[in-house]
Amino acid sequence: MKEKNQKNFSALCGLEINQAEATATRCHMSLLDMFAFPFIQRALIAGVLVSLCAALLGVPLVLKRYSMIGDGLSHVSFGALAMAVALGFTPLYFSIPVVVAAAFLLLRVADSPRWNSDAAIAVVSASSLALGVLVISKTSGMTTDVDNYMFGSVLAMSKADVALSVVLCAAVLTLFLLFYHRIFAVTFDESFSRATGMRVERYNALLAILTALTIVLGMRMMGAMLISSLVIFPALTAMRIFRSFRGVTLCAAVTSVACFCVGLTVSFAWSTPVGATVVTVNLALFLLACGASALRRR
Amino acid sequence: MEHTDLIVCRDLSLGYEGHSVLSGLNLRVRSGDYLCVVGDNGSGKSTLLRGLLGLLPPLSGTIQRAAELERGAVGYLPQQTKAQRDFPATVEEVVLSGCLNQKGLRFFYTAAQRSRALMNLGKLGVLELRGKSYRDLSGGQQQRVLLARALCAASRLLILDEPVTGLDPAAAQDLYKTLNYLNRKEGMAVVMVTHDLHPALRDAGTVLHIGHGGTFLGTPAEYLASPYGRRFKEAGSFLERKEPKEL
Repeated sequence: MKEKNQKNFSALCGLEINQAEATATRCHMSLLDMFAFPFIQRALIAGVLVSLCAALLGVPLVLKRYSMIGDGLSHVSFGALAMAVALGFTPLYFSIPVVVAAAFLLLRVADSPRWNSDAAIAVVSASSLALGVLVISKTSGMTTDVDNYMFGSVLAMSKADVALSVVLCAAVLTLFLLFYHRIFAVTFDESFSRATGMRVERYNALLAILTALTIVLGMRMMGAMLISSLVIFPALTAMRIFRSFRGVTLCAAVTSVACFCVGLTVSFAWSTPVGATVVTVNLALFLLACGASALRRR
Repeated sequence: MEHTDLIVCRDLSLGYEGHSVLSGLNLRVRSGDYLCVVGDNGSGKSTLLRGLLGLLPPLSGTIQRAAELERGAVGYLPQQTKAQRDFPATVEEVVLSGCLNQKGLRFFYTAAQRSRALMNLGKLGVLELRGKSYRDLSGGQQQRVLLARALCAASRLLILDEPVTGLDPAAAQDLYKTLNYLNRKEGMAVVMVTHDLHPALRDAGTVLHIGHGGTFLGTPAEYLASPYGRRFKEAGSFLERKEPKEL
């Protein structure tokens, strides 16, 4: 894995090769030195912000039973990314509109009584995955690209990604600060909210757009197969521990950011892929929370 | 007490995508009324509620709603969803969300809204549950909390969609007693869709039967004498013997 990482490093970030090699051979370095690398700085900033957004958006998504939408969107973003690279577009500019459109589609499917919604989402997921793999195999071939898209790479975050994640995070935080009570009401009971004159569709659409953006931004670092867990795990963990909506929301945000930081550090120290490491840290915390809530109930 | 019109429906047809589910309905809900909507499955009871709530525009005919019911000031008790039963939220958070339609873009609820929420919890006898998590409550308690939320949203009209589904008989009786109290003592108009005909015939002032064979609107006594009611009377005659006073 270390060798492969090194190869990725040299392939992907010209100037940082020397630093990357230094990473591979580090023996006298302390963990704090990892922040000297620009790519780690970018990964840290973007990762923390994306984790925060994912956790906040994840709470209403999980509670509304829309978790599968998050998963479906990450598969769609894989397909979109593969197409963007094949067609020579800037990945973000191409992926964002495609994934936002998919988010609207999946939301409609999930709410429509005429559709078998989880089957429909599974079909969309598998199809976009298949199309993505086909496109890649016909263009650049099944190389490290596929591996990187599927399972993420710590080197993937560019300066533009960092800037976009700052904007996204500002948008998500503003949404939650201004509309916290409305988000709660819509999440808890759509029918009641509608009857009291709230425009429920607007909130759902806004949630879908922001989730789509979060997933597109996060997927190249975390990996298309793994990014949806960033949306789902923190909310699940927080629901084990807290009983109020406010508690769950705050706890999910803190948990998610903490897990990302721990995951990034561990992945650096042991040269493991960052996406998988972060998800494993999330899983560990979730299991701990399950244990704690089981103990408390006894 | 003065009886003003809250909702007046004239020759109303409701339906989806041009297909009418319900047609030719004339209905008047006045303050202090207690109307039970009964009927077969799929006959359009829920569609009617959506119409009364203003969520479904009429295909033809009119629905006039009193000015005080505009801006969504209707107390609605929808059917509970599966996702709600284990929702992590305190009772207070749930009840306060009923005050949202009077709230601007402020982040915090006002003291007046908080005391209104607590008052309604007290009225329904669940004040001591306010710090508890909604998911830890029994079905009957959850229904009371949702009723308190509905009371926060509106003070004149309650619209309930099958409120006793999933409740045990004792909890259902409790809920009917509470509704009766709100209707008699507080002058709250109640419109309730139910499958449970006994309370409908005991407490309601008016019964609306919607069926594939036609609609019927009248007092419970008239309903029992009608062909629709007679069918029920025969089917439920064994119950009648047990509870002769209540019918």
